[in-house]
Amino acid sequence: MNKDGKRVSYSGIIAMLSVALAAVIVGSLALGRYPIGIEELAGIIGSQVFDIEPFWTKTQESLLLNHRLPRIILACLVGCCLSAAGAAYQGVFQNPMAAPDILGASSGAAFGAALALLLDLGSSMIIVLAFACSMLTVAVVIYTGNRAKGKRVLGLILAGIMIGSLVSSGTSFIKLVADPEDQLPAITYWLMGSLNGTTPQDVLFAIIPMCIGLIPLFLLRWRVNILTFGDEEAQTMGVNVKRLRVVVILCATLITAASVSVSGVIGWVGLVIPHLTRRMVGNNYKHLMPASMLFGAIFLLLVDDVSRNLLATEIPIGILTSLIGAPFFIYLITREGERH
Amino acid sequence: MVIDNLCFSYGDNQVLKNVSFSAEHGQFLSVLGPNGVGKSTLFRCMLGLLKPDKGGASIDGQDIAAMTSAQLARRIAYIPQSHNPVFNFSVFDMVLMGMTAQIGSFESPRKKHLALANAALERLGIAHLKHRGYGNTSGGERQLILIARAIAQQARILIMDEPSASLDFGNRIRVMQTVRELAQDGYAIIQSTHDPDQAFLYSDRILALYDGNVLAWGTPEETVCNSLISTLYNADIEVCSLRGDGIRVCVPANIDEIKK
Repeated sequence: MNKDGKRVSYSGIIAMLSVALAAVIVGSLALGRYPIGIEELAGIIGSQVFDIEPFWTKTQESLLLNHRLPRIILACLVGCCLSAAGAAYQGVFQNPMAAPDILGASSGAAFGAALALLLDLGSSMIIVLAFACSMLTVAVVIYTGNRAKGKRVLGLILAGIMIGSLVSSGTSFIKLVADPEDQLPAITYWLMGSLNGTTPQDVLFAIIPMCIGLIPLFLLRWRVNILTFGDEEAQTMGVNVKRLRVVVILCATLITAASVSVSGVIGWVGLVIPHLTRRMVGNNYKHLMPASMLFGAIFLLLVDDVSRNLLATEIPIGILTSLIGAPFFIYLITREGERH
Repeated sequence: MVIDNLCFSYGDNQVLKNVSFSAEHGQFLSVLGPNGVGKSTLFRCMLGLLKPDKGGASIDGQDIAAMTSAQLARRIAYIPQSHNPVFNFSVFDMVLMGMTAQIGSFESPRKKHLALANAALERLGIAHLKHRGYGNTSGGERQLILIARAIAQQARILIMDEPSASLDFGNRIRVMQTVRELAQDGYAIIQSTHDPDQAFLYSDRILALYDGNVLAWGTPEETVCNSLISTLYNADIEVCSLRGDGIRVCVPANIDEIKK
């Protein structure tokens, strides 16, 4: 609701978020240690399609196309994916506190990345190994959860906590044996989450699994509503609960794993953004899913801007999301007034 | 809907033994029985949520075991006790969700679905609640909203789990009246209840379950009597007739002694 107490329509909110995202993207392209003016910006981007006589320096062009643009795209994608995954998990697990790493996707990815750094495998292998370990961890969690006696949803969550903690102890062991001169700082830095040094290849690597996961989540979003009523009620309403839940969990896990493998562990986004979006558009996933995706992209891009511009050295984005996310979340839950 | 020789056990514990009865369109059927007798288990079997060991349920001659959940949802709707869902959906969205079986997996509700949801709300006289949050409505309103959701589902058989439990007296009357009207409009309604007075007052058929068996099956006039009700609830109960047997009220037989 806006200040006059009138309800802002859903399409109005989507339009506002889209404009805001476009504005933040343009602002982020211009912003940085080496500022690029709006004219140069338009020129460089335009020269990709049209034949424009360069009035900008080669450094500016390379900086923009090889560093700033991929990083901005990745920040938007990761923010979008983590928020969508968070919203999806909250629906499937009928729990507003569910977050993207609930099934151990993050701890798995962290282990894979730490292992790659320990073995000095090179930057592209970090992503591949992080992604592989992330998916493997989730597979083990789902397998264990399905074998657990009693309530399936609870079994899955408990399996996620247990296997996640098991994998984390593996990561701790890797840190213990890592070379404290160069490997340990690298591992620690990766675990804090950062989009620093994003290359166009990173974007290409992540974008395929992200799309494979995001598109079904977007299309199935109305049905996710029904899952929030629990298995039996949902099934009497004509939903194939088992199949739908597996598809939604797989998609949400895929986009989480893809995000974590390129960006490191970025906490809180998947919990805070869907919550905030619920306050704006209500709980109906038909509206919640797209609004969360847009809002997540804006949020992470803004935080990344702070992370690369606030201090002379980069602040890992994971630190910032926790720093902003946790107090903000406390503010949210102590403040009354939900939509409706 | 015909239930034929249905048996179900949890492990070694046989909960339902050869349960048979039928429900027809336009009929309001009440299932009576003490706590834990298997009323909910029976409903789960009828809704295709549990697979019976033996026997089964069929609708218009079609075995429900052979139907997908979407096919079944178009025939039979479940109305749970008014509950508190995790997420507070708007009343309109709640009712709209009843139509999921008619909406493709990758689709969202369209104009005709919105119209049907509106019609269901109108029919139950709760159109004014449309924009409220489901979580912000009263228990009686919630029960009506869940009934509206089942109406929107377009199924002609409604299974209700103790619809009047935890409602105050006025809401109980309103909900029962609504259900009675639905039966008159041709819906087949099957409810579980703990209130034999109410079962006598509103329903056309009564099924009494005891120890997994059908203890009685027939019209309220045939079934609601001293011996049956006393056996069913393991207490000495007297059934009193009022208004020329238009109403029967169950009271403890020794009430005079207790109040002395």
